Amino acid sequence: MVCMDGFILTHAYERVDIADQAQVDAFLPKFAPRQMLDPQHKVSIGAMVGPEAFMEVRYLQHHKQLQALELIPQLSGEFERHFGRPCGGLVRPYRTEEAETIVIALGSVNGTIQDVVDEMRAAGVSIGSVSIGSFRPFPLEALRDAVGSAKRLVVVEKDLAVGIGGIVSMDVRKSVAGLGTVVYTVIAGLGGRSITCSSLRQLLDRALLDELEPVTFLDLNWSVVRRHLDREARERRSGPTAEAILRDVGTVASRAH
Amino acid sequence: MSHQPIRFYQTGTFTVGNRLLDPALRTVQSDNERANSLTSGHRACQGCGEALGARYAVDAAVRATQGNLIVVNATGCLEVFSTPYPESSWQVPWMHSLFGNAPAVASGVAAALKVQGKSHIRVLAQGGDGGTTDIGLGCLSGMFERNDDVLYLCYDNEAYMNTGVQRSSATPAGARTATTPVAGPEPGAPFGQGKNLPLIAMAHGIPYVATASVANLHDLERKVEHAMDLRGSRYIHVHVPCPLGWGSEPADTIKVARMAVESGLFPLYEAEYGEVTGRVPIRKLAPVNAYLKLQRRFAHLFRPEEDLARLAAIQGIADRNIRRFGLLPDEKPMEAKND
Repeated sequence: MVCMDGFILTHAYERVDIADQAQVDAFLPKFAPRQMLDPQHKVSIGAMVGPEAFMEVRYLQHHKQLQALELIPQLSGEFERHFGRPCGGLVRPYRTEEAETIVIALGSVNGTIQDVVDEMRAAGVSIGSVSIGSFRPFPLEALRDAVGSAKRLVVVEKDLAVGIGGIVSMDVRKSVAGLGTVVYTVIAGLGGRSITCSSLRQLLDRALLDELEPVTFLDLNWSVVRRHLDREARERRSGPTAEAILRDVGTVASRAH
Repeated sequence: MSHQPIRFYQTGTFTVGNRLLDPALRTVQSDNERANSLTSGHRACQGCGEALGARYAVDAAVRATQGNLIVVNATGCLEVFSTPYPESSWQVPWMHSLFGNAPAVASGVAAALKVQGKSHIRVLAQGGDGGTTDIGLGCLSGMFERNDDVLYLCYDNEAYMNTGVQRSSATPAGARTATTPVAGPEPGAPFGQGKNLPLIAMAHGIPYVATASVANLHDLERKVEHAMDLRGSRYIHVHVPCPLGWGSEPADTIKVARMAVESGLFPLYEAEYGEVTGRVPIRKLAPVNAYLKLQRRFAHLFRPEEDLARLAAIQGIADRNIRRFGLLPDEKPMEAKND
């Protein structure tokens, strides 16, 4: 599954390395799709699948994903040998050696997390981080190996499954099931809200004392939330939620929350 | 079921595969070398106008391209009855994705062929009126606007038949469907609603727009072949009776389609760059009642007594079509007039 940091990556510039075409052609196999629309070899693609075969079609998709679980680290190694730099792989551990606490996240927020890890390591805290490079297939075993014998995992995720909490942390819990590791869910950065070093530092300081709730909402403005809940309790026609909150917040400017 | 004798002596008529015609004038279906793109064994109902229209249209396109054709299909009756996995009735490279994205998929196929330098392979997209006039209209309008090199065929059976005859924006006024039942003060589909997709296509100023009917298969084939001579976005709207949804006899499919044409309710015309360039004149003008009475979806207009006001309104639609497109020999087209 290809995931993309909405807004953070789509609205930002960054220097990137682009390999030259000859290097790319030497690395990639010749493009040879299995399914082709070709008048010389007539096939029907996208036929309606009913209950007699749908299970098998879906299973095959799952089967291919599991194959990718083995191929991704292998190809990642080949990529590094060919281009002289890594391209991701399943998981990327950062200063996890002997770490008691490990922060887990997907995507661009890992840069900020690594800065905080450096700062805390410098202060003598036993902490590291793991960036998950593949959400589906989910690397249960690779992640379990990467977090080693850490006591606690803090999963920082920019998503929310309303009614249950984090999505990534459920998979992380499955990955370390039986190890007795404490896993905290931290919902952060929804709607493009900045995830700052200072917020993360405060969060992780509390995590080290095991003061976090099972699900924590980073930088949630509780007064705004309470004010709206009060409004709803007061009047039936409380109006559209987002607009009412924006009025409470006042002029919206681009700033750290 | 009424008996319809086959009259082999109908020379010079539009009879299917008429062997008395000059070989050059015969339909592609009378050719032993025909592609048989939509082959036998599919699951369409008896008398399905869409299966007939698709067979003629796609085979004509295959002949026009010497077999270098790729077909993209929207979801709908045609897709469901032709390709229940693991069966397929298609003997052309064929692809189905979603209900509303056939024009976008076809645009993508055309773009891929362009990049690969395979300009000799052509793209045909097809769907029903639901997939075309309702769900796929956004994608279709985009395809027209970019003038992508695709011929799009809409087989219009005037409702969502495969899911149980629900109204679409191509359902004619007064017709009974599952979602426009015969109930209340205004039974059947409302008057004054719906879309005229050929005119919407023409408004995009694309190279070619045509209407066609399974009552005139030679005309359908000719229009498909002409469309394949052109590049850019082309659109053909084919009227295809549905015995199941319209409540007509399967044996009457051609007759029903012909009455739609002969009454003026479904005008046959073609247009290039938004300008009407041709029309098929009505041979023997029929009152709309002759068309409506063949179909149970309009039965409430005649029972318990004739609904004169609604029948007059439907006749008015036919009369406007006849004036607008000049479908009678003594009628001049009145395109400039807003009606």
